[in-house]
Amino acid sequence: MQIGLTHYLIVAAVVFAIGVVGIFLNRKNVIIILMSIELILLAVNINFVAFSSFLHDLVGQVFALFVLTVAAAEAAIGLAILSVYFRNRGTIEVEDVNLMKG
Amino acid sequence: MLLTAIAFYVFSAILIASATMVVLSRNPVHSVFFLILAFFNAAALFVLLGAEFLAMILVIVYVGAVAVLFLFVVMMLDVDFAELKRGLAKYLPLGLAVFVALLAELLIVSRVWTTAGAAGSALASATPAHITNTQALGMILYTQYVYYFQIAGLVLLVAMIGAIVLTHRRRPGVRRQSISRQNARTPAMSVEVVDVQPGQGG
Repeated sequence: MQIGLTHYLIVAAVVFAIGVVGIFLNRKNVIIILMSIELILLAVNINFVAFSSFLHDLVGQVFALFVLTVAAAEAAIGLAILSVYFRNRGTIEVEDVNLMKG
Repeated sequence: MLLTAIAFYVFSAILIASATMVVLSRNPVHSVFFLILAFFNAAALFVLLGAEFLAMILVIVYVGAVAVLFLFVVMMLDVDFAELKRGLAKYLPLGLAVFVALLAELLIVSRVWTTAGAAGSALASATPAHITNTQALGMILYTQYVYYFQIAGLVLLVAMIGAIVLTHRRRPGVRRQSISRQNARTPAMSVEVVDVQPGQGG
């Protein structure tokens, strides 16, 4: 019953895979894609913290803190772009995003 | 030890289940709520790992800020979500294939890795004993990694400014307060004495 590093790695791997599949399944809905990216980053953070805890090295947690920072910034910018896009086009379908195509 | 194991299995089961629901749920509002549940359970896993500070940060930053931001945007945008969900069945086989392949690869990796012999002596900064996790993190975050910490703050500042610049719009016809004009007003500009004749005031 000893919970080891491998257990945490498996949980993180499952969450990561779910996040990637979320991008595949919700090709049209940008909001769910952004949430899937958050899930992926969460899985990465679980890996960082698990290694940090089991190797007794604190730097993993410092790095996880920075990943969290970047994830928060990314979510804010992504949602801002999303709301501007919705204001201009009236839809959030990713397949319609071709404004910048030459 | 048994209690820790039970807690681990419960938290990770709820984490995986709610992550699945984030992806599969029909209503994006439900997705956001499941995302919040997933973050709470991840924070519980962090507590089990002894990273209390990150667990609290996860609850405060993600549940308190990012998830609420998602909720605002989902509720603000008037989108026909049923229309967006239509292609789900079409992409499901591909999605499942990707899931199985990716998960198999990751599981193989997580089963067969070994730690190098010298890894134990190559720690960048070993976890100090007898002080709390928050204290230990602060002691290296503000000394050894202070530049990275400042850069993280800069990233957040740029994100904030970017979000404001992106979503701010000047609408024509909106009456705004002009403080200089208000201050420059004199009684002569705004007060008029009218001599009303008797019997005409009604």
